[in-house]
Parts: sequence; structure tokens; C-alpha cells
Amino acid sequence: MSTTTHPALLLDGVERTHGTGPTAVHALRGVSLAVEPGELVAVMGPSGSGKSTLLNVAGALDAPTGGRVLIDGQELSALGRKQLDRLRRRTMGFVFQDLNLIPSLTALENVSLPLELDGVALRTARAAARAALDKVRIPELADRFPEQLSGGQQQRAAIARALVGDRSLVLADEPTGALDSTTGEAVLRTLRQQCDDGAAGLLVTHESRHAAWADRVIFLRDGVVVDSTGDAATPESLLDRVV
Amino acid sequence: MSIKHSLLALLHEGPMYGAQLRGEFEARTGGTWPLNVGQVYTTLSRLERDGLVAGAGAPDDEGRIAYELTDAGRAELDAWWSVPVGREQTPRNELAIKLALAVTLPGVDVQQIVQTQRTATMTHLRDLTRLKRTADGEDLAWELVLESLVFADEAEIRWLDHVEARIARLDPSQAKASRTAHVASAGSAGVREAVTRR
Repeated sequence: MSTTTHPALLLDGVERTHGTGPTAVHALRGVSLAVEPGELVAVMGPSGSGKSTLLNVAGALDAPTGGRVLIDGQELSALGRKQLDRLRRRTMGFVFQDLNLIPSLTALENVSLPLELDGVALRTARAAARAALDKVRIPELADRFPEQLSGGQQQRAAIARALVGDRSLVLADEPTGALDSTTGEAVLRTLRQQCDDGAAGLLVTHESRHAAWADRVIFLRDGVVVDSTGDAATPESLLDRVV
Repeated sequence: MSIKHSLLALLHEGPMYGAQLRGEFEARTGGTWPLNVGQVYTTLSRLERDGLVAGAGAPDDEGRIAYELTDAGRAELDAWWSVPVGREQTPRNELAIKLALAVTLPGVDVQQIVQTQRTATMTHLRDLTRLKRTADGEDLAWELVLESLVFADEAEIRWLDHVEARIARLDPSQAKASRTAHVASAGSAGVREAVTRR
């Protein structure tokens, strides 16, 4: 986990426009947001408000057309493709509604895979994967294949995969979408615990009871943050510590 | 809230005096609906007058009188368990009233009212969830009360989303027109009045 004092994720006046001229779609319009290590921030908003674009930009899956995105103090626009890929592999983890676990691999192998692809020695990767499964409280399921796991267990494995190794930022897009409410709550509890242990989390959800597990909830409408719960520090004040 | 029936339910466990009843009630509901001891004694007096409770022996050293259920009190309690909580007295919902007025008056920023409320309710829901995180599963009564409040907040936020979506679809002239229509067809508003105006 990060030992620095800057935010795990900082969006500063981020814009994302698709197309140009009169038909341009402004998906994000000047969004500023900071997520500290140990903090879980939820993003809510109606369909088309820019939630998924925000997550994609935060996860370096999409580039902003204006403003700055800093992850662990590093400005993404200053990184080359290889550096960006490395940052994405080593610092960030993604949890999506569709679990994307590979059916032919066990839970342990699924969790270990990102590290193995990153060149980590097999023994080290598997040990880290076991530790990650332990953290999400399913160590006994390490040798099971996804089809042998319940939906909630699969999603816990997906969270373990998102956090395996030293990755310190989890980006989750409707991670409980396909689960019943009790199982969904257990998954949120797991995500919450990872943040309590020091990870930073950004959670996109339309379920208020799931967003309620966050430290802070921001509301997005038409690409603009229209309101927020809590008293988070402003990006301006945080920027002073970063640059 | 039925203080009367709550006290009868607590006395089902055995004789108790007022302060004990108050403490038990608040412990089991997590202090969500605080009672003052005056309310408890006033209610006990009425229950005694109606023959549903009776003094259980002489006052203790501190002059406190314990009460116990009578047979009539036990029957009243059994009846309370067996019938659903009434819906005929729909409580006034200030938020619904506020938005109903807001959508029919010119110059009111309904979207802002909705968002302000949503943020406040979301903050409350988050705080409830924090409380829930501290629950260890050993106090079922308190957790059920907490979850009831969670569901209520969640329902309110869903309704606010619905209001916002309805307003987004609305033709600007429609709000006023719909108000006029309700006034003009008072006869057809009978069911609505029966539900909301008792």
C-alpha cells in the first residue's frame, strides 16, 4: 500500500468530450475529486450522467480531453504507454459487474494471474494470491473453479484479484449488480474492509444502500458533480501537497 | 407509535416500574425513539385506569411501584400481536407535501430541492450504515430497527430519483395543467382523499 501522503487518486478539472462541434457530447465537465488511501468514495447519478466515463478516466482506460488525473501522485498525461500499462497493472484493480473470472482457472490462479502476467515469479505470485484470498475471507476456496463458487464468492475472488500484490486503488463499477441483497452487502463489507486496511476505492453504483458503505458519496449529473456528502478536503488544498 | 402496547409487551416478561420500562424500551430499540419517564407514567396510569395493568405489591424502598399485566392486559397484548399495524392514519409526509407544492408553484427549483434532500438522506443512510458496521449480530432487536431505518432512507432516495425522472420528462405546462385537472374533477379524487387526508 502507498506510504505517501498524497491522494491515491486525484481528478482536477477533468473534461471528457466525445466528438467535436455542435454534435459534441460532454461526458465530464470539470470534475474534481480526490480519493485518499483508506477512503471509499461512491459515485451516484442517473444513466448518462458520466459515472462510467469517470471510472474509465480514473482507471486510465480512457484519456481526458481536459484537466489532470493523478494516481499516487503521478500525472497520467506525463506517462508513456508502457509506464501507463505498468501503473494500471501494479497500482490499480478493477471490479466489474460481469466478474470476468477465467472459467478454466481456479480462484487462486485467477487471483494470481495479474501478477504472473506482470512477470512476478510463480511462487511469489501464488503466495500473494493466497494472501489476497485470505483477506477477502475465502482462503478455503482457492482450488475451486468459478463455476463451483456462488455469485458472492466469485465477486470476493474478483476483489482479491483487484487488490493482489501492492495495488492500492480499487475501481468498482456496480460490483453487486448481479447479486442478491444479502450477498451484495457481504461484498460491500469486503470492499469496505480493504479500504479500512489502507486501499483507496472508487465505487460506481445506483444503489443507495451500497453507496452508503462509502465514506463519501458524490452525485454526478450531466457530467458535473452537483453535490457531495461529508466534508472531504477540496482538490485545490490537496493539490498543494502534491505539486 | 404505540407506547401503550410496547409497555404491555415489556410487562409480559414480569413486573417492572416506570424507569425500568423506559430503559428496556430504549435498549431494545437502540434509543431510536426516546421516551421520557413522564410519558411512561402517564401511559401506565391510563393502562391501570383501563384495567390492563395493576400495581404488583407495595412500593420498594425508593417508593417505586412495579406494575404487572392483568388478564385483560394479556388479552389486549395478544390482540396487538395478531392484527397488522394500521395504515388508515397515514402520517403527514412533509417531503411529499413540500414537493407536491413545489411542482405546482412557479419559480421553485424542484431539481435543487430533490438534490438537497437526496444528499441529506444519503448522509443519514451512510451514518446508519456506519452504525450497522459496528453491529456484531448479537443484538437482533436493535439491528432490525436499524435496518428498518435503512430501508426507509433507501425508499426515500428511490422516490426522489423517480421524482427527478418524472420532472425531466415533464412538459413545462403540464404541472399546472394537472393541478387544474384535479381541482376540476373533485369527484374522482375521492380515493386519493381517502388515502391521504384522514
